[in-house]
Amino acid sequence: MTVDTDVPPLVSMRGITIAFPGVLALDGVDFFLRPGEVHSLMGENGAGKSTLIKALTGVYAIDSGTIAVAGEERRFDSTADAQAAGISTVYQEVNLCANLSVGENVMLGHEPRGRLGIDWSAVHREAAEYLASLGLHLDTRSPLAQHSIAIQQLVAISRAMVLEAKVLILDEPTSSLDRGEVEQLFTVMRALRERGVAILFVSHFLDQVYEISDRITVLRNGRLIGEHLVAELPREALVTEMIGRELDELSAISDAADRDIDRTGTPVLRAAGVGKKGVLEPADLEVFEGEVVGLAGLLGSGRTELVRLLYGADKADAGSIEMHGEPAKVHAPRHAIDRRIAFSSENRRSEGVVADLTVAENMVLGVQAQRGWVRRLSKAEQDAIVTEYMEALGVRPADPHVPIGTLSGGNQQKVLLARWLAMQPELLILDEPTRGIDVGAKADIQRKVAELAAKGLSVVFISSELEEVLRITQRVAVLRDRRKIGELDPTSVDLDGLVDFIAHADHDERSVSR
Amino acid sequence: MTLLKHHLFWPSAALATLVVVNVIANPNFAKITMRDGDLYGNPVTILRESAPLMLVALGMTLVIATRGIDLSVGAVMAVSGAVSLTIIADAPDPGSLGIVVTAIATAVLVALVLGAWNGFLVSVLGIQPIIATLVLMLAGRGVALLITGGAITTVTSAPYKFISNGYLILLPVAFFIWVAVVAVVALIERRTALGMLTEAVGINPEASRLAGVRSRGIIWGAYIASGVLAGVAGIINASNTMAADSNNAGYLIELYAILAVVLGGTSLMGGKFSIAGTVIGVLTVTTLDKTIQFFGVPPAQSPVFFAVVVVIVVLVQSPRVHQWGRSLSRRRSGHGPGDAGGEPAAASATPTRQEVSA
Amino acid sequence: MSATVVDAPAPTAMDRVRTFSARRASVLPTLAAIVILVILLIGAQAEFGNFLSPRNLSALLLDHAYLMVLAVGMTFVIVTGGIDLSVGSVMAFTGILGSSMLASGTPVWIVIPVMLAGGAAIGTLIGVLVQYFNVQPFIASLAGLFLGRGLAYVVSLSSIRVENEPILWLQQTRFLIGDWYITPTGIIALAVVAAGAVIMALTRFGRTVYAIGGSEQSARLMGLSVARTKVLVYVISGLCGGLAGLLLTAYSGAGYPRNGIGTELDVIACVVIGGTLLTGGRGYVLGSMIGVFVFATINTIISFMGAEQSWTHIIIGALLLLFIVVQRAIVARSDRRT
Repeated sequence: MTVDTDVPPLVSMRGITIAFPGVLALDGVDFFLRPGEVHSLMGENGAGKSTLIKALTGVYAIDSGTIAVAGEERRFDSTADAQAAGISTVYQEVNLCANLSVGENVMLGHEPRGRLGIDWSAVHREAAEYLASLGLHLDTRSPLAQHSIAIQQLVAISRAMVLEAKVLILDEPTSSLDRGEVEQLFTVMRALRERGVAILFVSHFLDQVYEISDRITVLRNGRLIGEHLVAELPREALVTEMIGRELDELSAISDAADRDIDRTGTPVLRAAGVGKKGVLEPADLEVFEGEVVGLAGLLGSGRTELVRLLYGADKADAGSIEMHGEPAKVHAPRHAIDRRIAFSSENRRSEGVVADLTVAENMVLGVQAQRGWVRRLSKAEQDAIVTEYMEALGVRPADPHVPIGTLSGGNQQKVLLARWLAMQPELLILDEPTRGIDVGAKADIQRKVAELAAKGLSVVFISSELEEVLRITQRVAVLRDRRKIGELDPTSVDLDGLVDFIAHADHDERSVSR
Repeated sequence: MTLLKHHLFWPSAALATLVVVNVIANPNFAKITMRDGDLYGNPVTILRESAPLMLVALGMTLVIATRGIDLSVGAVMAVSGAVSLTIIADAPDPGSLGIVVTAIATAVLVALVLGAWNGFLVSVLGIQPIIATLVLMLAGRGVALLITGGAITTVTSAPYKFISNGYLILLPVAFFIWVAVVAVVALIERRTALGMLTEAVGINPEASRLAGVRSRGIIWGAYIASGVLAGVAGIINASNTMAADSNNAGYLIELYAILAVVLGGTSLMGGKFSIAGTVIGVLTVTTLDKTIQFFGVPPAQSPVFFAVVVVIVVLVQSPRVHQWGRSLSRRRSGHGPGDAGGEPAAASATPTRQEVSA
Repeated sequence: MSATVVDAPAPTAMDRVRTFSARRASVLPTLAAIVILVILLIGAQAEFGNFLSPRNLSALLLDHAYLMVLAVGMTFVIVTGGIDLSVGSVMAFTGILGSSMLASGTPVWIVIPVMLAGGAAIGTLIGVLVQYFNVQPFIASLAGLFLGRGLAYVVSLSSIRVENEPILWLQQTRFLIGDWYITPTGIIALAVVAAGAVIMALTRFGRTVYAIGGSEQSARLMGLSVARTKVLVYVISGLCGGLAGLLLTAYSGAGYPRNGIGTELDVIACVVIGGTLLTGGRGYVLGSMIGVFVFATINTIISFMGAEQSWTHIIIGALLLLFIVVQRAIVARSDRRT
């Protein structure tokens, strides 16, 4: 699958393997970066993109494999080593010092010095020159914090020029830029490409990837899937490579989900024009009793952003929410919980489990929080909840008194599901509940969701695995580039159709009946 | 083996070792004598003198569990001592029980207000705990000095003196006070859900928020509790000397309290806390203090020993030392850049890695 | 994309103000401290009539030279986002150590380097704990506080008089400029301020200090020497503690193990009032000097009024609170921006 090319690669990474406790983050990945190209690294969450970048920038040491820059084998023990080899990185969260001036950020560590120390007029003069070479005319003495993220990214790129970078890594630089800002960034990237800089580009926006890249490498689950010239890789093929197909061993669940939903009455949830500036364009969503609505779209498409607004985890600045036809003000998670909405975050570690507490404590946390601290759940009440869900969800080990941090990801997820179900929600929002867990646990969770929905629970289900979405939902809302672009009926569309719908650039709305 | 893993094993072992060393060095250390139906001797003294630190450390435990810290406890003690003694000194009859009760109630109320103030700065304004409580640490002693008019107020009041110097059934009143307070706090934390919710907020604030926990109230409450307990400690301390010495009352006690909490096995990073651990920690600190004196070291020099203890404790808790320990037992290739300092440390690096690889 | 264009036509006065406030927003807290200082001085003059006399103002510096030196060291630490609680007891330790060595006949040219080295050693201990063992600065410097205080008492339990000529000369000599005077201790304090300001503004080390305070992770990813710098700021603070021990010994003519109890809080307050952000990244050595002058002025006004000295700490506490809340608002605003 590897593309032949005349130009020898500037960076050659071969057989890169990095293991974290319990996870093989990269498994023998090869990656080549050539001078004067924009090379996009593609993959879903957990594919290994960030890990590969961190290996190349010296943040992580590699367990095996080799990295060569300009034909010379290198070992990076720190970011300074990588920088010395001519590799500079601009991260999504701009890694500059917002408290310092623009000029100083460009020159930090490389300030021209006179006899009395740093020559500040020279610092700002040189910084202005570097910025001007990228077409930027800024007041270099103004604090960086006063500028937009877009400008800060361009400042970071200027800094890379000071370091005479031969390789520039742009890790999701466009995720918080508007259209015009992206254009300006692309102009700069094209100029650098002309100068022979090798650019590694990561973005979740397919349009942008196709607009700027020369070449694409796809990773999935820590493995290399393929390297292609952009012109030779249709979008559908790219999305298929990124998402993969898993063997369909779960058709029973599909049958359970194959139900007719009565959409004539008042929906359980009706969100109208819910949005937040710079996060999500106003979107509508209705969920009826017993219905599982899937949100499909790539990472960064707005799927997570939408449900966080519905739950009050982030505050919406537009739109209204109704539960059972009654207006609901949801400004904080507690308000949502009072309205019997439950939300399981995609970040299991940072926003889900309370690692040092036991499985039982994690399960009852939500119910207890709702009750207030004074009325502690009695031992019997706790045991009732814990026993019921340990059994119903098959949590392993079956000991509820071990810290949840010691469980596997799949079992942690089951405990979190139990936490939310114990609160008897009417609407359950699950964001990537099956990510990074083993197939068995995955099936258990899907089965449970289908079963609960059949009993009348309304569910919003987000997953990167589109087959899973098609399998257990009765309706799929599709998002792309931070807006909702349409809804589909999963019985009338197959995986290819869904992929096609997510991938395509035209923004025409499509309706359920197609 | 399970005994070794119990969270109270190492704190208890440290305390036991300390006592054994003392007894070997001087068998009289553990000697208890009976006089007029009351018990006297070093162990009894330790139990009595632990009272102020015990109360302060108890409050500190709750604050630390929320990922906070309360530096103002010493100053609150000074204020509370000053308030109660000034009321008694100004009263026509300092010996009357009514006056003493009024004095104590007022002092505790003032301490409660001061604790609420700290909690307001931290939980509502969102100021870093160290900084927020620094304000009162700085100004509190000034307020105490104003209350006493700059002098060291001394009073003679039998009921007030009884608090710290009196005896009830064989043992000092101060001992019964701290035992009662420990029991009450333990009951409130562990019989209601407060303890678990406090730990949840301390371990993972964001997950707790998403689970609907009212973290603001819990954090605020911890600072109020810390203020009230410091207030009671101030009363016991003032009763011990029968003087309101605003400069020296509770001097450095915030630091000893933090040390006691850490010795008891509660991490400064917040989360799981152990009241029993703190009790053991406080007894260890008081015993160590007595030991140092017992070996003929002037009390003023004891901070050197405490400095050594602090360094040992933080090193034992340090991720880098843990890693050294692990690599001693199981050689493995090192991750992470040298410049990063804490970077290779398992505790700090794992979450970052998981996030990016997730 | 709103790029500010540099070569705009003919800037008006209003534009200049805007450019200044845009570029130098971080100076505003320090300017506020200057305004407070001026108001205090004018108010005191109006109240007492003889406050702004050269004698009195000269004494402000003389009486607080040690505080100024400590504030310079503390500024380095706080700008990295750390804190150093040990400075008061380090000052006491080095002071009593020096006095005791002098009393036993050690020559002064040995004593002074030993005092400085003693301070730097405790600073190094703190820095290593913070950087290499991930100990919170608060706790590490707490160990330093205990150590310094205990060692001071180990050296001597009571005060030791100093009769060494060169040491006393530091305090007794008065260089007169009209009715103004300055002592060698005052000159040392101002020299330390000047050196601190130059290091912070004009060296790569100084800029790394700011970068760490802005974002330690960014500083590391930018390839700056974060580890060395973080240890070094505590060494500098310890060194300043040692020097302050010398100045205080000269000032009081004796070493005393109880010196400097609670001084760390005064120093932190002065630094914050002088406009340094406790969360790190912003602050000026010259601002800390202003902060010390504010402290000194409040102290002097209170003794002029014959009021309780405890008012000093209450007022300083209130000022500290005011500055912290204002800083919090500033940080919240800049958070929203980015």
